Amino acid sequence: MTRSTDVLQLTGVTRVHGEGATAVRALHSVSFIASAGELVAVMGPSGSGKSTLLTLAGGLDTPTEGTVAVEGRDLGSLRQAELARMRRTSIGYVFQDFNLIPALTAAENVAMPLELDGARTRKARDAARTALEEVGIGDLADRFPDQMSGGQQQRVAIARAVVGERRLILADEPTGALDTETGEEILRLLRARCDAGAAGVLVTHEARHAAWADRVVFLRDGVVVDETGSSPVDALLEPGLTR
Amino acid sequence: MSVKQALLALLEQEPMYGYQLRAEFEQRTGATWPLNVGQVYTTLTRLERDGLVAGAGSDDEGHVVYRITDTGRAEVATWFTTPVNRTQPPRDELAIKLALAVTVPGVDVGTVIQQQRSATMAALQDYTRLKRSGRAPASSDGADLAWTLVLDSLVFAAEAEIRWLDHCEARVRRAAVERAAQQRPGTPSEGAAAPRPSGATS
Repeated sequence: MTRSTDVLQLTGVTRVHGEGATAVRALHSVSFIASAGELVAVMGPSGSGKSTLLTLAGGLDTPTEGTVAVEGRDLGSLRQAELARMRRTSIGYVFQDFNLIPALTAAENVAMPLELDGARTRKARDAARTALEEVGIGDLADRFPDQMSGGQQQRVAIARAVVGERRLILADEPTGALDTETGEEILRLLRARCDAGAAGVLVTHEARHAAWADRVVFLRDGVVVDETGSSPVDALLEPGLTR
Repeated sequence: MSVKQALLALLEQEPMYGYQLRAEFEQRTGATWPLNVGQVYTTLTRLERDGLVAGAGSDDEGHVVYRITDTGRAEVATWFTTPVNRTQPPRDELAIKLALAVTVPGVDVGTVIQQQRSATMAALQDYTRLKRSGRAPASSDGADLAWTLVLDSLVFAAEAEIRWLDHCEARVRRAAVERAAQQRPGTPSEGAAAPRPSGATS
């Protein structure tokens, strides 16, 4: 079943919060795959279970039923230390509110997961600078978060999410706090990371942002109700062809 | 669509013949609203009859070239300084379809909404892919900018349609919950676990 390109695989995942009469079923029997080189958007109103799906995929929560596998490894079978390592080395998270550490510079924020993983400081800082250059803000490496705009901070967060060759990027409303043009630049970056081989999952309630994905999965009441695939464009001609 | 005003506005740049006008129009708008050249010539004939353009002879290859007249210039100026009329909303098949779907018995409104949402999302993905593959968004070339703006217009319209569909779905579901509560007198409508509305997709 599992192909080597399936970076994230959820199989029959159900998540129930609470017990008995007050139990709330956030996800019900959801199966979901994100492959290498693919950006998948998950859309739904609040309460549809989209954030639950993302926290399960990131190993921040565990399913009541079903399995979550990242790069072929069932997260439920891992010991705490192994899971923590997996989160530092395989999975990158991008949040709406950036979640940068205010007391650290951009480069230090990005280097942090590598240093926690035991990389030597020098090596981690070099990798961080490279990652910052890749998201277009190499010149801001020594700035602190409060010296940067929202868009710049989100670029730092993306650099932190991909540093160290991580193959799964999970983004929870990453453009929520940004204006439309800055938001678009962030999506362009996420898209580029996926085109370069990462698997991306983008949770959003904005159709315009979801449209950057290869596939859009619609969630309602914890259930996948529909999916739009991708097909090459022939609905519109390329601009300039008629010249 | 105002082919008439668009062609006039193009002629304000310089005199042109029919094929040239079509090429200039499509360069600015992509092939979003394809013009056939017959339509261009019919329009030019009508514009000439109304005194808005005049024949300016033929070029070396025998193409009949048209130039704009002073009356034509005044018409273009009026077009640009007058807002597009919105008092008569264009007929919207989707709005009409949903208006009927919620009133005709036996229609699964949830499915109607979701099918449309998927289709519109697929179109939105196509537009976004075109945007990504297209020329630089900040390009200073006027025609590139024009085409980007047309594409953005399609993107925003598709997005608005999806938002409206989300809104319709929420309203339909709430109405179904309220109806169910009314049909069970004596049961508190608040706090009780609401039954899933039959029309909703889930």
